Amino acid sequence: MKIIRLLLLLILISSYSYAQENIFTYKKLPTVKLKTVKGLPFTSDSIVNNGKPVIISFWATWCKPCVRELSTIADVYDDWVKETGVKLYAVSVDDSRSMTLVAPMVNGKGWDFTVLLDPNSDFKRAMNVGPIPHTFLLNGKGEVVFQHTSFAEGDELNLIEMVRKLNRGETIK
Amino acid sequence: MNRRLYCFLGAISLMFLAPLMVKSQDVLKGGEVHGSMQADASYYLTDSKTGITDSTLAGQLIRMNAFTEVNYTLGNFTAGMRFEAYLPPLIGYDAQYNGVGAPYWYVNYKNDYIDVTAGNFYEQFGYGMMLRTYQEWTLGFDNSLRGLRVKVMPVKGVTFKGVYGVQRYYWEPYKDYNRGIVKGFDADFYLNDIFTSLKDAKVKLTLGGSFVSNYQRGATKDIPSNGQILALKLPENVSNYGGRFNLNIGDFNWFTEYAHKINDPTALNNYIYKNGDGLFTNLSYSKPGLGISVMSKWIDNMSYKSDRSVTNNMLCINYLPSITKEHTYALASMYPYSTQPNGEVGISGTVTLHFFKDSPLGGKTGLSVAGNFSQVNGIKKAPSSDTTYIGQIGTPGYASSFYGVGSDVYYQDANLEVTKKFNKKWKGIFSYLYQTYNKDVVESHAPGTYGTIYAQIGIADVAWNITTKHTLRWEAQGLWTKQDKGNWAAGLVEFTISPAWFISVMDQYNYGNNDAGQRLNYYTLSAGYTNHSSRISFSYGRQREGIICVGGVCRYVPATNGLTLTLTSSF
Repeated sequence: MKIIRLLLLLILISSYSYAQENIFTYKKLPTVKLKTVKGLPFTSDSIVNNGKPVIISFWATWCKPCVRELSTIADVYDDWVKETGVKLYAVSVDDSRSMTLVAPMVNGKGWDFTVLLDPNSDFKRAMNVGPIPHTFLLNGKGEVVFQHTSFAEGDELNLIEMVRKLNRGETIK
Repeated sequence: MNRRLYCFLGAISLMFLAPLMVKSQDVLKGGEVHGSMQADASYYLTDSKTGITDSTLAGQLIRMNAFTEVNYTLGNFTAGMRFEAYLPPLIGYDAQYNGVGAPYWYVNYKNDYIDVTAGNFYEQFGYGMMLRTYQEWTLGFDNSLRGLRVKVMPVKGVTFKGVYGVQRYYWEPYKDYNRGIVKGFDADFYLNDIFTSLKDAKVKLTLGGSFVSNYQRGATKDIPSNGQILALKLPENVSNYGGRFNLNIGDFNWFTEYAHKINDPTALNNYIYKNGDGLFTNLSYSKPGLGISVMSKWIDNMSYKSDRSVTNNMLCINYLPSITKEHTYALASMYPYSTQPNGEVGISGTVTLHFFKDSPLGGKTGLSVAGNFSQVNGIKKAPSSDTTYIGQIGTPGYASSFYGVGSDVYYQDANLEVTKKFNKKWKGIFSYLYQTYNKDVVESHAPGTYGTIYAQIGIADVAWNITTKHTLRWEAQGLWTKQDKGNWAAGLVEFTISPAWFISVMDQYNYGNNDAGQRLNYYTLSAGYTNHSSRISFSYGRQREGIICVGGVCRYVPATNGLTLTLTSSF
C-alpha cells in the first residue's frame, strides 16, 4: 500500500511539473482490441478518418437513450458526412448476452455507422467511461477535444457545430 | 511509529527530488492522467407500506457508495488504481461491502506482440462460459482476478492468453488458500490473417479454445445431511475447458461455443458429482434494413466458482448470461429472467426490420419494427441409479442427455416493438409483450410457493421536440396479470433541455393488487444537470426494484424510499 501511495504521489508531482502540457487530454486513443460487428479483429488505433474529425459513441442495444441518440444522428448522418466529412464509430458495450444482437439491430435500423464490439468493456474502461451513452469528439490529429455523457434531443446539433468549428480550424474550449 | 516517520520523510524527499529527476531526464514527458468517479448517496425514509423500517435500514439512514479510479499512461506503460468507499453500502448491496480501500490496482505494459498485467485485471475467454471477470458498479458486482496476465500476439491473427490469480471477495484478503487459485489459458486464431491466401476470401473463420482450472484446498468436507454427517471427498482441482468458432460468410454469421466442466460438488448444486456441459450457438443474417438472429443455449450443471461454499453471485469464474431479451422500461423489466446454472435449455429469435423513408411502408420518415421470442425450459433429469433420487447429495446427482428438454417452462417472452417518426417534431416507440415467468424457479423459492406468472405489457413512449433544444417525452405503460401483485399502470413525463438539464416525474401504480392496502403508488421525482462528462442528479420517492433509465442514463435501483444523489465524472 505504501508503495502505491508513493507511486501516486510521484505521478501527482510529475503531473504538476508538466502542467504546461495538459495531461488530462487524450493525445491519442489507448490501443485496445475490439471486434467488428462481424466478429473480426479490430484495434482501436484504427479509429481514424484521414485527418477529419471522428465521433466515438459508447452505447448498448439495451440502453434506450443510446439508441435514441444513434437513431437521431442516423437521420442526419448522410448530410453530416457530405458537409463535414465526419465519421462516427459506435462502440457497443453489449456483453455476451446481447453482443450477437448488435449487427441485426444496426442493420435492422438501417444505421450507416461503423459499429464496433467491446464485449468485456476493455475500451470503455480504457476511456474511463462510466454511465452510457458517452460521446467523444476527436480532432483530425486524433486528440479528444470534447466528451459528453447522457443524451438529450438537441445534443447532436451541438456536436455537429463543434465538428464544423474543427473543420474551420477553431479550437474547442 | 518509526516506519511512519520514514515514509513521511521518504515522501517529502520524493516531493523535492521528483521534479528534479523528471526535469533532468524528461522520462515522464508525454504521460497522461485519466480517471473517473461516481458517488451514490441516499437518505432513506422509513415506509410502513413497503415494510421499510428503522431496523431494515439498520438505523443507518444515510448511506453512500463511491469510487474514484485514476489511470496513468506513459508510452507503453499504464498503471492505475480504484479507491472504493461504502459507508455503509446502499440498500440492496451486500453488507460485506461495508468499508473503504483500494480493491483494484494494476501495472500494465503492452506493445504489438506482448501485453503483461500485474495486479487486478478483467478478462474474458470467448463467450465467457469458461472464464469472464468484469465489474458492474451499479450492481455491486466485481469478480476481478488479482495476479498476473500475459497476452502474446506472435503473428497477426494469433493471440495466446494466460491468467493466474485469485478473485476479489468483498474486502477479504486472500491468505492460506481461503479461496481458489484460478489458472487459465486461451488461444485464438483468425485464419484469414494467418494465411495470406485467405486474406480476401469471402469466408472468414475464427477458432478458439480455452482451458481453465481452479485449485481449492480441502480434499474432504463434512456436510450435515438428514441428521447425519456426510464425509465428502472433493476434487481440489476443477477444470473447465472447451472451444469456439465464428464463421462469417457475407451477411451470415455463425458463432458457437462449447464448454465441459469436470465434476464439481458445490453448495449451489447440492454437492453432486456430475460433469457439466454448456453450449451456446447463434446464427444471424443481416443486411441494410433487415436483421435476423436465432440463438440457443444448453446449460447443465455449469456453475463455476472459486469457492465451492459460496452461494451468492460473488467469485464466479465463468459467465452464463441469459439469452432472453433485456428490457429496460419499468414494467417490462418487472419480471426479468436470469440463467439457472444447474440446468436450462432455451431458444431465442429476433427479427428487426427497417422500412426506409420514401418506401411504401416507411412513409416520409421511415419505420422500424422489431420482434423477439424466447423460451427457456428446465432440462430433462432422471435418477442416476435405482437407489438415489434426483439431486441427492454426495451422489452423481442425476442423469441427463445432451439437449434433453424438460417439461417445466422457466420463462417465455414474446414481444413486438414499433418505432415511428411521425414528422420532424414527433416520434414514438410502441411495444407489446407477453411474458411467462416461473417465479419459484427464477427466484429460488420452494415449488408451488408462487407458481407461474403470465403477464401482458403495453408501452407507449412518445417524444415531442418542442424546439431543437427542448424535448418533452411521455411514457404510458400497463401490466396486466392475474397472478403475483396483479395489474400495474405507470406514467412518466420527462423534460430535457439540451445539453444540460432534465427533470422527470414518474409513477408506478399497483392498482390491481389483491391486498387493497398494497395498492401503492411508486412515485419518483428526478432532476439532473450534465456538464461535458460530469453529471449530477437527484431523485426523490419510492422506488421499485429494477433497471431504470431516466434522463439519458440507465442504472439499477433497489426497492427504497428516500432521496438519492448521484454524481458521476470522468476526465
